[in-house]
Amino acid sequence: MIDKFVPDIAQALAGIQSGATIMIGGFGSVGQPNALIDGLVDLGITDLTIIANNAGAAFGGLPKLMEAGAVRKVVCSYPRSADSSTFVDLYRDGKIELDLIPQGTLAERIRAAGAGVPAFFTPTGAGTLLARGKESREINGRLCVLEEALFADIALIEAWEADRWGNLTFNGSGRNFNPIMAAAGRLTIVQTQHRVELGALNPAHVMTPGLYVNRVLHVPYGRPIR
Amino acid sequence: MSITMKKPAGRSRDAMAARVADDIPEGWVVNLGIGIPTLVANHVPTTREVIFHSENGVLGVGPAPAEGTEDPWLINAGKAYITLRDGASIVHQADSFALIRGGHLDLCVLGGYQVAENGDLANWATGENDAAPAVGGAMDLGAGAKRVWVLMEHVTKDGKPRIVSRCSYPLTALGSVTRIYTNLAVIDVEPDGFFLRETAPGVDFETVQSLTDAVLHRR
Repeated sequence: MIDKFVPDIAQALAGIQSGATIMIGGFGSVGQPNALIDGLVDLGITDLTIIANNAGAAFGGLPKLMEAGAVRKVVCSYPRSADSSTFVDLYRDGKIELDLIPQGTLAERIRAAGAGVPAFFTPTGAGTLLARGKESREINGRLCVLEEALFADIALIEAWEADRWGNLTFNGSGRNFNPIMAAAGRLTIVQTQHRVELGALNPAHVMTPGLYVNRVLHVPYGRPIR
Repeated sequence: MSITMKKPAGRSRDAMAARVADDIPEGWVVNLGIGIPTLVANHVPTTREVIFHSENGVLGVGPAPAEGTEDPWLINAGKAYITLRDGASIVHQADSFALIRGGHLDLCVLGGYQVAENGDLANWATGENDAAPAVGGAMDLGAGAKRVWVLMEHVTKDGKPRIVSRCSYPLTALGSVTRIYTNLAVIDVEPDGFFLRETAPGVDFETVQSLTDAVLHRR
C-alpha cells in the first residue's frame, strides 16, 4: 500500500541537513507551508539556500529562519516586504546573499528543472544588470539570455487537499509556485489542510499528481494569516 | 525663509488612471503594475469585459472585496485581497508567466522611473546600493506583453524629467514601451521618437516640452 502520510513534523523533515537547497512554495503568505518552515527553524541546521518568490513576510517562519542564522543565500524575485525588514537588514549588513531573478524566469527555471529542460533562452532580463555573467544571444532578431534549470534538494509545499498517494489540489491563489516546486524538488514534502480518502479527488481536478510527492503531513490550520 | 513649491499641474493620480482606462477596450487581457497602475481597474466599468491578470496566477480579477467579505485565499500580486469575476481562472506561476512571456497579454500598464525615446524602460532599481534590490515580474511584463504602457508622474519629486533621451537608471526592458501617460500628457513612443498625443486639460505643449529631456514631436 502506498501511503505518503507521515504522523508528525519530525518525520516530515527527517534527513534535511545543513547546506541543503530548499524551495518554499507560496506567494505572499498564501500557499506558504508555515508549519514546515517553523519545523526547519527547530532543526537547528545552517548554511541553507532558500528558493522562494519572497524573502519572508511578517507572518510565517522564513524571517525567523533567517534571524536564526540558518540561511546563507536567498534566491528570489522580490525580497522586500512591507511588513518584514529581516531580509533587508541582514542583506545590508552583508550577512546574507541574494540571487535576484525576474519572477517569470524564476518560475520557468523551476518548471524546467521538473521537466528535464537543462536550460532555455528568454528575452526577459536580456541586456539588463540581471543578465550579467550569463550567455546572451540574438535569436530571430531579439536579444535573449541563457537561463539554467533551477533544482532543489528539498521542496516544501502547501496543499489544500491530499490523498495517501500524494495527489494534491490547491485553493484560490495558493497554487502559485507549489506545483512547479513539487516537480523540481528531489525530496518533496507537503503540508495539507485537508486529508482525503484515496479516490475522493476527481482525477481531472488533481493539480499535482502524487508521483512528485514524497511525504505528506496533515496540518489543518484554518485561515492563512497576514 | 520659506519656499513655495508650485503644485504640479495637470491630472491627479486618479484622473491619470481614468485616462488610461478610457483607452482599454472590451476583451483585452490586461496586467496592472503596483502603484498608480493598480488604480486603473477602478475606472473600467464592470460592464466592459476586460480580463485583469495578476502575476500569482489569477485571470479575471474583480473589484476589491467589501470589508469583512475577504477570502483569505485570494490575493493579487500586491498581496491585497481580491475577488474573482464570473469567468475567472487560476493557473500556477509558470503558466501565469508563460501567458506573459508568450505574448498573450494585450497590455501591461507599469509604473516607471524613466522611459527613453528608444522605448527603454527603467522601473526596478535606482542604482543605489543601500536597500536590497527587488524586481518581481517587471522584466517579464516589460519584455513579454503585446503592449507596454507606462503610467507615471511626468517629473520626479525634485522636478527632474522622467522622459529622457537615454535612461540613466538600470534598465527593466529594452525598447518595449509604446505609450506613456503622465499627469501632464499622453505620449507615443515610436521608432522616430516621442510623439505628443495630447496634453492634460490646462497644460500647454511648451510646459510639457520644458519638463521632458528629449524632443517631443507634434504631428
